[in-house]
Amino acid sequence: MSKYVREETECVHDKYSVLLPTYNERENLPLIVWLLVKYFGESGYNYEIIVIDDGSPDGTLEIAEQLQKIYGEDKILLRPREKKLGLGTAYIHGIKHATGNFIFIMDADLSHHPKFIPEFIEKQKEGNYDLVSGTRYQGNGGVYGWDLRRKLISRGANFLTQVLLRPGASDLTGSFRLYKKKVLESLVERCVSKGYVFQMEMIVRARQLNYTIGEVPISFVDRVYGESKLGGNEIVSFVKGLLTLFATT
Amino acid sequence: MTKLLEWLFGVSFVLVAWAVVSFDLLDLSLPQTYREVAWPMPLYLLVSFGCYSLATVGYRVATFNDCEEAAKELQEQIKEAKEDLRKKGLKM
Repeated sequence: MSKYVREETECVHDKYSVLLPTYNERENLPLIVWLLVKYFGESGYNYEIIVIDDGSPDGTLEIAEQLQKIYGEDKILLRPREKKLGLGTAYIHGIKHATGNFIFIMDADLSHHPKFIPEFIEKQKEGNYDLVSGTRYQGNGGVYGWDLRRKLISRGANFLTQVLLRPGASDLTGSFRLYKKKVLESLVERCVSKGYVFQMEMIVRARQLNYTIGEVPISFVDRVYGESKLGGNEIVSFVKGLLTLFATT
Repeated sequence: MTKLLEWLFGVSFVLVAWAVVSFDLLDLSLPQTYREVAWPMPLYLLVSFGCYSLATVGYRVATFNDCEEAAKELQEQIKEAKEDLRKKGLKM
């Protein structure tokens, strides 16, 4: 096998690392991996999937090991941690082991569908964007499984965020994104928030650092909402986080 | 400059301009109509912004896409995936 000299602009050498932080995703992990393999396989892009399990008690890691046997250790990487340590550190941990020059972040619970991955990649190439954000609010993006109350809270919160932060992206709390690896590294080390606000802070910091942002409409199929309603606590911490970003960026 | 500071500057500027016109602070001897129009402006602007916000959020909630097909497609693909993985030896 001949060796190529690595050049930043050659698409032949682009590799996409998908970071999947998991906690109790025994049921969903095989399905999301199957879908990722399907759509990456069909598109021909080079990829790897990095499963970052935070000590799930339901045996997620064991299922991940089975998947590794089925699809190969070069495609499924396991980088587990001992306990639930949060998303920001999961990304940092994942990036350390990623061999791709691009990183996908997405939810492992099937709310984000891998069928959009080729669209993200094409969008990124179109404008050489530093990051591409999946949006539920533009184009034919949308949501399944939300009642009126949830939609109202979502749109209301997003409106408030747009007015206060003028971020230049339509969906700030979304977590289906494609980053250049160096861009993700530099953003994650600067972000201090948690939860929804963490994803918002990533976009706000990206703007501060003059990174370019592209958008792709995505469908978000919420199968979890029925079990875990958006409660007062989450709303309060969202507002607190938003005001902090407003005052400090 | 933080967004908070931008807002404070913007709001201060508008308020100063309003005060200068409404209370004739610089002795500009502006026609009475200017002062009559300027005087209620801050309240008008707030109310207008309130209405705009309600209308915009209302519109966006009403036109929020419901992805029925995406949900169906996902259900079918889940079945397909489970079958395929079973064949490949996955034990759930």
